[in-house]
Amino acid sequence: MNALLTIIHRDLLLVMRRKSEVLTALFFFIVVTSLFPLGVGADAALLRKIAPGVIWVAALLSTLLGLQRMFASDYADGALEQLALAPQSMVLLVTGKIIAHWIVCGLPLVLLAPLIGIQFDLDASSLYVLMGTLLLGTPVLSLLGSIGAALTLGVRGSSVLMSLLILPLYIPVLIFGAGAVYANSVGLDISGHFSLLGALLILALAFVPWVSSAAVKIAIE
Amino acid sequence: MTNEISPTSSRIPHVLEAWGLTCVRGEKQLFAGLNLRLSSGGCLHVRGENGVGKTSLLRLLTGLAKPDAGQVMWGNQNISKDPLGNHRDLLFLGHRDGLKEDLTALENLQMYAALDAVSLTQEKALAALWRFGLRGREHLPVNCLSAGQKRRVLMARMLTRQAALWILDEPFNALDVKAVHELKNLIAEQLLHGGLVVMTSHQEVSIPNMQVLDL
Repeated sequence: MNALLTIIHRDLLLVMRRKSEVLTALFFFIVVTSLFPLGVGADAALLRKIAPGVIWVAALLSTLLGLQRMFASDYADGALEQLALAPQSMVLLVTGKIIAHWIVCGLPLVLLAPLIGIQFDLDASSLYVLMGTLLLGTPVLSLLGSIGAALTLGVRGSSVLMSLLILPLYIPVLIFGAGAVYANSVGLDISGHFSLLGALLILALAFVPWVSSAAVKIAIE
Repeated sequence: MTNEISPTSSRIPHVLEAWGLTCVRGEKQLFAGLNLRLSSGGCLHVRGENGVGKTSLLRLLTGLAKPDAGQVMWGNQNISKDPLGNHRDLLFLGHRDGLKEDLTALENLQMYAALDAVSLTQEKALAALWRFGLRGREHLPVNCLSAGQKRRVLMARMLTRQAALWILDEPFNALDVKAVHELKNLIAEQLLHGGLVVMTSHQEVSIPNMQVLDL
């Protein structure tokens, strides 16, 4: 448990020392979602309709931007080898890195969502639903993304390959995340969407750390 | 003050053995049927030309890579049986130093101590850094340090890690004359406390009780 906190603390400290990389992903999210209202124009009904999809797609892409960093810098300077040789379970350390990634790249999206939603003229209940889906969905994005980040370690052109590997896996999260906001806006029941997002999160939590740590071990061999 | 810290904490005798190690890289067989035995207080110097498989051998001994044949034994047990227990006794320093450039020397030491489950007070960490001439630089980010100073941070880590087995890949690289002398003393200290050292180096190294393995 101590090791988990140490690795989260370490990764957050490293992010604080080099803020630009994280801010890039965050600004990407803000800029992309702000361009749509500007481009589409002042048709409030249309904006309300496309809001869930646009915000969720932007969230997927900005998570992807930060994923590259998850293991690559530790791989390059040999720190990943040292982590693998520490007397700690690699699964725990990888979980810590995933949590740190979510705190840096996922949590800010959840907190920013209401602000972004206002640009799309979403009402209060839609904003709550949007935040709820992001809160459940972004950890799944970080978890699934870690598999891609680990599998493409040391590969040339890894960022493109990683996008190709990971984006298809993000489709279920996108469908249920954006679907819940849309369903809420037309007055349908949304508990099903939330249950499925929760199920995805639990499923990812149960399997992904093991898969990613196995992929990391293969990469450093 | 610095004399209070010793590299290894325990005096339990340890044995590192390799039986019939074979390493194949691509289509080339680097070595086959390699046997070695090293017990507490022993130092093994692995020598050989570039590309002969020195680093590959060290990585096999750490367990980072798996041998194509043969096995590595630590304390009469295959190292893949109990990796965490094995890692507790092991310090491996490879080509890449593993130091985080954006963290200070002190933060690097403390972070690794926490991950390695070694108790390290701030005073002890500072004393270790000062011993290797990093007084006044302990709060600088590591990317402000020179190559030799980074190796000195690693020497401080060797001192504070309390591992029985050190596996060092080219530890004398980038060190000045004084630091080479200090590192030799550090290795001698480790051997005196019953530790084991396996290292590669292209320099002539004179350390008492040293075996040489020519690949």
